[in-house]
Amino acid sequence: MFDLDLWREIFQSINKNRLRTILSGFTVVFAIMLFTILFGLVNGLQNTFTEAFADDANNAIFINSGRTTKAYKGLQAGRRIQFENKEIDYIKDDNGNKVEFITARIYRNEVATFRNEKSNYSVKAVHPDHQFLERTVMNEGRYINQRDINEKTKVVVIGRLVEDDLFLKTTALGKYINLSGIQYKIVGIFSDEGNENEERSIYMPVSTAQQVYGNNEYIDQINLSYNPDMNFDQAIAFSKSLEKKLKERFSVAKLDQRAIRVRNMAEASRDVNQMMVVLGILVLVIGLGTLIAGIVGISNIMIFIVKERTKEIGIRKALGAPPRSIVSIILLESVLITAIAGYIGLLIGTGVLNLAGPILEEYFITDPSVKTSLVVMATITLIIAGALAGYVPAKKASRIKPIVALRNE
Amino acid sequence: MLKISQLHKSYPIGDSSLHVLKGIDLNVESGEMVAIMGSSGSGKSTLLNIIGILDEADSGEYTLDGVEIKNLNEKKAAIYRNKFLGFIFQSFNLINYKNALENVALPLYYQGLKRKERQEKAKFHLKKVGLLDWAHHLPSELSGGQKQRVAIARALAAEPKLLLADEPTGALDMGTSYEIMEFLQQLNDEGKTILIVTHEEDIAKMCKRIVRLRDGVIMEDKKVKQVRAGQNV
Repeated sequence: MFDLDLWREIFQSINKNRLRTILSGFTVVFAIMLFTILFGLVNGLQNTFTEAFADDANNAIFINSGRTTKAYKGLQAGRRIQFENKEIDYIKDDNGNKVEFITARIYRNEVATFRNEKSNYSVKAVHPDHQFLERTVMNEGRYINQRDINEKTKVVVIGRLVEDDLFLKTTALGKYINLSGIQYKIVGIFSDEGNENEERSIYMPVSTAQQVYGNNEYIDQINLSYNPDMNFDQAIAFSKSLEKKLKERFSVAKLDQRAIRVRNMAEASRDVNQMMVVLGILVLVIGLGTLIAGIVGISNIMIFIVKERTKEIGIRKALGAPPRSIVSIILLESVLITAIAGYIGLLIGTGVLNLAGPILEEYFITDPSVKTSLVVMATITLIIAGALAGYVPAKKASRIKPIVALRNE
Repeated sequence: MLKISQLHKSYPIGDSSLHVLKGIDLNVESGEMVAIMGSSGSGKSTLLNIIGILDEADSGEYTLDGVEIKNLNEKKAAIYRNKFLGFIFQSFNLINYKNALENVALPLYYQGLKRKERQEKAKFHLKKVGLLDWAHHLPSELSGGQKQRVAIARALAAEPKLLLADEPTGALDMGTSYEIMEFLQQLNDEGKTILIVTHEEDIAKMCKRIVRLRDGVIMEDKKVKQVRAGQNV
């Protein structure tokens, strides 16, 4: 039942004992503020990590080639290893459904011109699967497709920033762009989730590039992703066997680190996951730490408050206050102060996070924020702790003989 | 009004215990004004506290207005205190963050009266002690005598059967003391039963009956001719 008179008593007590109110409120404000800020910072760190690895598929494997560093099977060191289209077919055929997506990559730097606008861009010649490996998002038009590959069509897909640069405010889709004297039709405009730099590049069919740049079947890099059903150990085993087979295929020594390099993102993502676990533990420790500090603080203050109010309790009892009213007046006051102070702490904490957010981006902290529900939970924990901590002394106080309380000068 | 027989009370002190009240027999009729006298340690305050249900006796019988006071739980004790008794203390014991009116209204709050009713009754009693103009002053803004009068108004507010005063003039100068006593006498004239614990002879003589305690027993219990406080001022 809502007892207006009881609340009036409580508000009067809060209002007339400002120092006490501020003291007890301050502890809670501080605890909740720290809780919010620290949690927000750790969340920001986590955001940075998630964002950094959202760029590429995290089941990706990159295969690069270089020169051999060891003589092997009668072949000299220093031999150049060159991947060609048949390596892609070999990997596909040899591994079946272990391979989810696979694409070649040929890297070029080209000056692109459209009318009077001209700029230098990285051109990547790819297979259609590249879209899923790079997590390319199509804004307009389409991506490179298999028909482009088969027919070696002169089409390109350009990044959002390329369109911004060259086409100013006009639309680029369907227009022709000039790369080193050859006109390519723009069939799509893309953006990239993870990486703004990627949006400054141009994709073209791998077969077109091979024809234009030397009429061969050379490719610079093979990107693939393994079947996501594989667990970590299977994924590592898969890339190890891939490396082994490719080395045999090119007669490269097993221990040659340069000639063929297979980089499996599973290893990196395992490291990231471990980092996440560490951060999670950090969050837990920080959260519990600040909460415990807050609980200890509010408990101390409750004991102090009851001590301070002993005489008042005696007077009230002498005037006929039932024990229940003594307990409730003390507890409700503390609950009220804790709740309001918790809210203030939340406001200050999120305010600080919002203000400091942009500055903190330099320190690998992105968008630091806390779920309100989490802070509300923390505040409720403090309220319950404060109530429990206050209940014992309040109950005790309600049992003191009034005569003892009145003697307490 | 008040019947006490063979009341014993002792306090534990370390391993032994101090026997404070050693068999008290006391009857007080309605409308009496009784002074309980004795040097410190005679047990007079303990007796008053037991009468005031602020403390419990170890053994003996105590009947207040026909109700036996025995083995009360806290809740019952609170109700009886509120209904039967009004307290006046040496150190006033006003709640320092409440103004005069709110202090007077507090026992009425515990009686469960409505706010408006409380305010009216409290004002009535403040007027009675002549402090209506000071209703919204905090205790810290009042003189000792005024504080005690607020305390008296508070004690009266619940319309108790019995007023208990523990050294009501102990913290006041002589002039103010006599004023307070004059007021208490006036209340007694109106029919209130009043019990005053004091160690001052002149205060005691302003009552109608003096009970002298020494070492936990009643040495003397006699009616006296009341000295009117007004004559001395």
